[in-house]
Amino acid sequence: MKIEVRGLRKQFGSVQAVSDVSFEVKEGELLGLLGPSGSGKTTVLRLIAGLETPSGGDIYIDGKRVNDLSVQDRNIGFVFQHYALFKHLTVFENIAFGLKIKKWQPADITQRVAELLQLMSLDSLEHRYPHQLSGGQRQRVAIARSLAPRPSVLLLDEPFGAVDAKVRQELREWLIRLHDRLNVTSLFVTHDQEEAMEVSGRIIVFSKGKLEQIGSPAEVYEEPATEFVARFIGAMNILEGTVLNGVVKIGSLEFPAPTIPDQVQLQVGFRPYYVKISEEPTRYRQTATLRHIYFLGVAYRLEIETAEGLILRSRMNKEEFRQYRFEVGQPVSFAVTQFRFLPQEGISFPSSALPQLLDAGPLTP
Amino acid sequence: MIRRLFIGSVWLYFALLLVGPILYLAVHSFDEGIAAFWNEVTRPDALHGFLLTIEITAIVLVLNLIFGTITALVLVRQHFIGRTILSGVIDLPFSVSPVIAGFMLILLFGPETILGTFFGTLGVKVLFAMPAMVLATLFATFPFVVRELTPLLQTIGTDAEEAARTLGANEWQVFLKVTLPMLRWGFVYGATLTVARAIGEFGAVLVVSGNILLVTQTATLHIYQSYVDFNYVGANAVALQDAQQDRLAIREA
Repeated sequence: MKIEVRGLRKQFGSVQAVSDVSFEVKEGELLGLLGPSGSGKTTVLRLIAGLETPSGGDIYIDGKRVNDLSVQDRNIGFVFQHYALFKHLTVFENIAFGLKIKKWQPADITQRVAELLQLMSLDSLEHRYPHQLSGGQRQRVAIARSLAPRPSVLLLDEPFGAVDAKVRQELREWLIRLHDRLNVTSLFVTHDQEEAMEVSGRIIVFSKGKLEQIGSPAEVYEEPATEFVARFIGAMNILEGTVLNGVVKIGSLEFPAPTIPDQVQLQVGFRPYYVKISEEPTRYRQTATLRHIYFLGVAYRLEIETAEGLILRSRMNKEEFRQYRFEVGQPVSFAVTQFRFLPQEGISFPSSALPQLLDAGPLTP
Repeated sequence: MIRRLFIGSVWLYFALLLVGPILYLAVHSFDEGIAAFWNEVTRPDALHGFLLTIEITAIVLVLNLIFGTITALVLVRQHFIGRTILSGVIDLPFSVSPVIAGFMLILLFGPETILGTFFGTLGVKVLFAMPAMVLATLFATFPFVVRELTPLLQTIGTDAEEAARTLGANEWQVFLKVTLPMLRWGFVYGATLTVARAIGEFGAVLVVSGNILLVTQTATLHIYQSYVDFNYVGANAVALQDAQQDRLAIREA
């Protein structure tokens, strides 16, 4: 069942938590709502669930407007960050709770709970109480409980926020498999961009109650629609400059902008792995000083500073790194091989005017 | 060595303050034999005292559980002007001497006051009767249930209740199946303290009851009366029963 949200707004006192948000979760999709804490993503989830009342806008589940339906009648499954299990009930009773409320026959309840226990790999834990379970097990019970009454959509609020890193990774993979198997339309909230990229088919990026971008993980990463998305998803070098005679000049760096009128202020963004560095001073056109080397496990991050004081981040894999003999403090040459202009609020120009890719200097001496 | 010293001093402290007096009470209740003890405990005025105490305790317990729960829920869940003031006032009975509390009731319901005249014309006797004794005991015990439930409600939060709603439970089902069961230990502790205090309440009850034999004399007042009348076996015997009731209440909990 698909979820559709149109012009959704929510105001808490004088705070605009959600402003004019519209999007659609397709049938059977697993969609991630990504944003920093306080960006309004949890509020959106709670509005869809019916745990909050919207200040404006419409919510449709399976094509039916549900604004006036109470949370009890929306037939949604909701998974809370801190599990929200019933501490006084066993695993079995927790999962059976919704079924009892909906007056299922005892035999059907037993069968459905057994089914879910198996699906969630919780067999043999049915008589335990929540305090006797690990964090990962608790969250699986919470998911089982929400799925038991066969909800039309599943809403998950930071489902893996309260468990440690290793269990979080396991739960993510497990959620993907579960979703592949059940195909229930799911919307999940996270502040972890890696998690959103890994788990969801599509991502909605949120900031300050507004929808910034919606797209596949590759789209939001490669083609960030706004400065916020560029900064939030992955690392990006972002510099500011003004167009003059078809060029944005920032220090000694020059970024061609032939189609953009003069005096327009722009932000130039480039991913760290598009910054090539060499210890040979003449290999690339630009020069800088190597300030820091960070070992990241699978790769290295290098920080360089230009003569004008611009700090740029570069990234290279281990094999690449071993070809050089880098030392902190040494002079290096560098080039930016790809960049893009970031759209800014209040400034608009046709997207065809944006040079998407461009070489910024020779790659060979 | 120091550890033993600490453990030893705790034992000594307990022995002097708790075990000693209770043992003494138990032993001296039988100074004139078991028959005398039995006579004292089953005297009509003693029996009447016990019954009255149980009645008052039961009424107070029920009222405290109901209004204590409502008060705690309102204090934790609702945000309104004067909430902090209300929260502070709840502890007031702890800082007011019971005798003064009783005296306040006398002033409030005395024959010359508005309330006193009002109930007088209705033919309801408040002072020197059951209503005032229940009110006095309520005053002294009100904080117990509230004070047990508020921290519990704060830690529990509202997540589980919201989860129940998403699973289709209506407000009444949420309250009965989620909120109340999660508060059960708070009820147990609150009830225990309420019962213990209600049985033992003396000062406020003495002032408002008038201590009328076979009418408003509770078990605790009976002990006091016997003591004043130099009937030490009677005082001890009833006190022992009284202590027993307290202990039972605590053990049941």
